[in-house]
Amino acid sequence: MAISAAVSAPPPTGARALLLRLRNGDEVARLITLAFASIILAVTVGLVYQLWSTCALPRHKFGFGFLTSSEWNPVTGQFGAWPFIYGTVVTSVIALIVAVPLGLGAAIFLAELAPPRISSAFTFFIELLAAVPSVIYGLLAMFTLVPIMREYVEPFLQKTLGFLPIFQGTISGYGYLTAGVILAIMTLPFIISISREALLEVPTEQREAALALGATRWESTWQAVVPYARLGIFGSVFLGLARALGETMAVTMVIGNDHKVHESLFALGYTIAAIIANEFSEATADMHVQSLIFLGLVLFLLTIVINALARLLIIATTRRGSS
Amino acid sequence: MKKSSLWLGAFAALAVLLVVAQAKVLINAAGATFPYPIYGKWFEEFGKADPDAQINYQSVGSGGGIRMFTDGTVDFGASDMPMTDEQLGKFKSKPLHFPTVLGGIVPTYNIPGVSQDLKFTPEALAGIYLGNIKKWNDPELTKANPGVKLPDAEIVVVHRSDGSGTSFVFTDYLSKVSPEWKSKVGASTSVSWPGGIGGKGNEGVSGVVKQTPNSIGYVELIYALQNKMAYGFIRNAAGTYLKANLESVTEAAAAAAKAMPADFRVSITNPPGKKAYPIATFTWLLIPSKIEDQGKKKAIVAFLQWMLKDGQKYAESLGYAPLPKDVVAQEEKQITLIK
Repeated sequence: MAISAAVSAPPPTGARALLLRLRNGDEVARLITLAFASIILAVTVGLVYQLWSTCALPRHKFGFGFLTSSEWNPVTGQFGAWPFIYGTVVTSVIALIVAVPLGLGAAIFLAELAPPRISSAFTFFIELLAAVPSVIYGLLAMFTLVPIMREYVEPFLQKTLGFLPIFQGTISGYGYLTAGVILAIMTLPFIISISREALLEVPTEQREAALALGATRWESTWQAVVPYARLGIFGSVFLGLARALGETMAVTMVIGNDHKVHESLFALGYTIAAIIANEFSEATADMHVQSLIFLGLVLFLLTIVINALARLLIIATTRRGSS
Repeated sequence: MKKSSLWLGAFAALAVLLVVAQAKVLINAAGATFPYPIYGKWFEEFGKADPDAQINYQSVGSGGGIRMFTDGTVDFGASDMPMTDEQLGKFKSKPLHFPTVLGGIVPTYNIPGVSQDLKFTPEALAGIYLGNIKKWNDPELTKANPGVKLPDAEIVVVHRSDGSGTSFVFTDYLSKVSPEWKSKVGASTSVSWPGGIGGKGNEGVSGVVKQTPNSIGYVELIYALQNKMAYGFIRNAAGTYLKANLESVTEAAAAAAKAMPADFRVSITNPPGKKAYPIATFTWLLIPSKIEDQGKKKAIVAFLQWMLKDGQKYAESLGYAPLPKDVVAQEEKQITLIK
């Protein structure tokens, strides 16, 4: 009744209007939720400001050279981010190369082909995997994955693809490749469960139309259902990528933590998150501490750049799809 | 920094709450993780002996401890390495260093088929970590270990990846025994390692060593003792091969005590003395030389006196080497400098 009165009466103006709208409740809800939403923005801005303002020393001393220099030496006070940027990107790319086909394949099976009972049982386990703390994955990697990589996977790759420089050099079981593989295992649950959701959202008509045109089950899935769920699948991949970029514990346990850039994927490397976790607590020199904070800023910017590229990719493929 | 003022605020609020509730002197300290097991025990036992004082210790790492102590967010700090002149320069009145206990660092390795305790010369350790000695059957190693059949296998070098007092002591030792190490790498909590796999913490290093055939790493003596790990002998400055234990570590401090600088900022690696283990270190409490709050001053002084006398008795059962008598006497004098 109050609402209908407010609607039918001529719109009041000024302070009275605000009061009326506040009494209405919608406006209160709007303001509260707006406040909550702006917290996210405030946190982001505050984070960048804090990182930026506490890394003045290396910013002034090294400038842009910080990004390209490969020297990281706390003893002489020379700091450069390139080995860590390289390691972060390389391990994440390996993770995606391994996890995307596996994850998408598993999601297609669970959403399209598996009987519902099996599908829901599998989904339960996958969601369980997503909740496992990363240090557990790190232990798994160190005690199980490293020996497997050292004894079987890496010698096999060297024997078959050893002519490529990325598969040459000494094999220790630690390094970029092992870190990439454990990251793939960690991102898989995200990719599977979100892609599966996206595939399940596809309307049945889409499948039936493809089947009615004479497509086989697989053709209907691959040509009608998967492209329809494209956005959700991309979303799952980028969520996985975000986890891979920022992952710390599991990576530092198997990547070998070497401050240098190496061509071979069997070689030891380092990631940004790993070196911050390793060196921050015992760094005493101001330049060292601030260089680590600077690295934090670099990681933040790296994720923004990669997210922006992801957006562009989505926009590009959506356009192609609709035309 | 904003963060530190936030901490300060939190601590102040906590301190006020507790003081009001219990009328106790509450002291906050932070720093090194290596002595945390014994510090925890000490602060608990001291709290029983002196119920008016309560010391809270956060084991945030030596670097973090020095930072928090410099910012004034804690009443005193703790560190596995002495503060540098640059760090001391940030204080109006220079804080005092009080050695508390000692730790040693031991080489641990995993060579299939070798069960004897290996002997290492300083040159061998430096050569391995520099990457100059690449194989286990290198003459430098076989010469020191007659009768041990060392394999023709590549050495996998393992070091700490996290910044740590352990790495500081180890690299400090290598800098003293190898000019090449000193000029190429140097000594610090984190260094630019010439090569090798980085493991996080003692458990990380020992995990990698256990998992990787033909590897070598270094861990704290207390960690090796608690986990019943095998470790090697090292030839000391006097030329005798010694296996680290609590006595040989304390002996290293006794050997160094004769030339102790007045501020206790001393490295005791590679000391003279036949029975002195070469890779050992003090760990220090960092105490302000001026404490405005009389209640806190009284409690801190009482704790230091208790630590040097009764506290030392807890060291051995927890795997730490106690201070030699000379050093205790020297430190008791330094307590009087707290104003």
